[in-house]
Amino acid sequence: MSGLWNLAWLEIKIFAREPLGFISTIIIPVIMFVVMGRSLGGRADPSERLRTFVSADLPVFAVMLIALNAVLSLVTIIAIYRESGILKRLRATPLRPHTILTAHVLVKLIFTSVTLVLLALAGRRFYPVALDVSWFSLAAALIVSSVSIMSLGFLVASLVPTARFAQPIGTLILYPMLGMSGLFVPIDSMPPAMQTLAHFLPLTYAVSLLRGIWLGEGWLAHGWDVAGLALVCAVCTALSSRVFRWE
Amino acid sequence: MAASPVIQVAGLRKRYGSTLAVNDVSFEVYDGEIFGLIGPNGAGKTTTMECVEGVRRPDGGQISVLGLDSFRDVYALQQRVGVQLQEAHLQKRIKVSEAVALWASLYKTKVDTGKLLGQLGLQDKSNAWFMTLSGGQKQRLFIALALINDPELVFLDELTTGLDPQARHAIWDLIRGIRARGKTIFLTTHLMEEAERLCDRVAIINHGRIVDINSPAGLIRKHCPQRTVILTTEDATADEKLRAISGVEVSRDDKGAVIVRGDAADLMTGVIACLADHRIRVTDFQTVVPTLEDVFLKLTGHTIRQ
Repeated sequence: MSGLWNLAWLEIKIFAREPLGFISTIIIPVIMFVVMGRSLGGRADPSERLRTFVSADLPVFAVMLIALNAVLSLVTIIAIYRESGILKRLRATPLRPHTILTAHVLVKLIFTSVTLVLLALAGRRFYPVALDVSWFSLAAALIVSSVSIMSLGFLVASLVPTARFAQPIGTLILYPMLGMSGLFVPIDSMPPAMQTLAHFLPLTYAVSLLRGIWLGEGWLAHGWDVAGLALVCAVCTALSSRVFRWE
Repeated sequence: MAASPVIQVAGLRKRYGSTLAVNDVSFEVYDGEIFGLIGPNGAGKTTTMECVEGVRRPDGGQISVLGLDSFRDVYALQQRVGVQLQEAHLQKRIKVSEAVALWASLYKTKVDTGKLLGQLGLQDKSNAWFMTLSGGQKQRLFIALALINDPELVFLDELTTGLDPQARHAIWDLIRGIRARGKTIFLTTHLMEEAERLCDRVAIINHGRIVDINSPAGLIRKHCPQRTVILTTEDATADEKLRAISGVEVSRDDKGAVIVRGDAADLMTGVIACLADHRIRVTDFQTVVPTLEDVFLKLTGHTIRQ
């Protein structure tokens, strides 16, 4: 157990030493959120459509972006660590294999939480509309969603052939899912085949849960979303434990 | 040397797809010795070593390390052995002190880490990032990590590959120092000079099979006993007189030097006595003693670099 915290704390310090990765995971979603919110919400006479976008869709999009950035960064780090033999070296110590991987999930969840706090602070100070939301519930929903999407990330990390392809392949798999998640286009108005597919994607449940929490709906109303995310997590973890490559 | 086996491997097999990487490999490593597994790249050295370490699952055969089954009891085993993997890396921006502290936190028994870094000449590098270390410093750090739990047995895989001769000699001294503290060392190398200078016993592996196991001197005696003397002389009768020594073969090379070959251990004595008895004036005298490299060539039909 102490190995998990030692390794996670070490990985946090190591990550913070790489300015570019640090900025792109933590700062970019916050800046995008504020800049887009101000440029769209600051108009003199916003339409009804634009008003809902700024008050609900954009914040949910920003929060989803935090989760996706974390997963992409996880996929990339796992691919790099595998390719350079770091995973293999750690595995030849008394550290249990799942501890090594859990430490990385923990690090990403911590950074996700930090980014959410920054987003809340920046939102209160700079966002054009008041953000009336239970940040605690939102953080919980974001963590549940992140864990589920990260389990998918481990599958992706097993599939990418080399570290160089990790980021582009991860992006190619994750961002189209965001397009089908109902965030930009309601799922009801999609073609039937896409609707079916959307029900298999974790991002669909994550968006539904996060938007519900954002709009002040209770967790009970989104029990199915949590169940969907849990199921995706269980399936992906089971699959990853079979196909995950350490070298 | 106490002849109790620390490692016992019997009938080890490992297959990757359709290639049999390790084919019926058996050997024992004894307490307190430096044992080397030598062979060209792709011969099955690393696969064999990783099966013994318990980080790779064998397809067949028995492996016992310190009385434990290395795959089933891998966590118990890892507390008692030290491992250095081939071409290993750490996180680019991890500090030497952080790596050492992490490793130390994982083992029940641990040595004084400050003293260990001092022994390996890394005390000044404690705050340096891994990526800034030289090849030799990285390897010394990996040795430090392998020794942190005061292991009974140390695995070193291709430890000096890519190092310059000076760094290589420094590492050899370190390894001799580890053995002097009573530890057993199992190493792999494709450098015959390294094996010959460092190992008490070596196993030659080629295409996944062990070809022979013995001390370097024993292997040379058995497979390449032939010694050669090359001498330069203006005395035209030298060839004839040298031919009188029993069991030798005499010829001249294209530069006119006399070459005397023979299997006897006292070939040199015979040649020197003959030269003295006949007062043959010699302007150059060279001896060529076979090395492990020659043994390897003889046993496998190719040089180790091919």
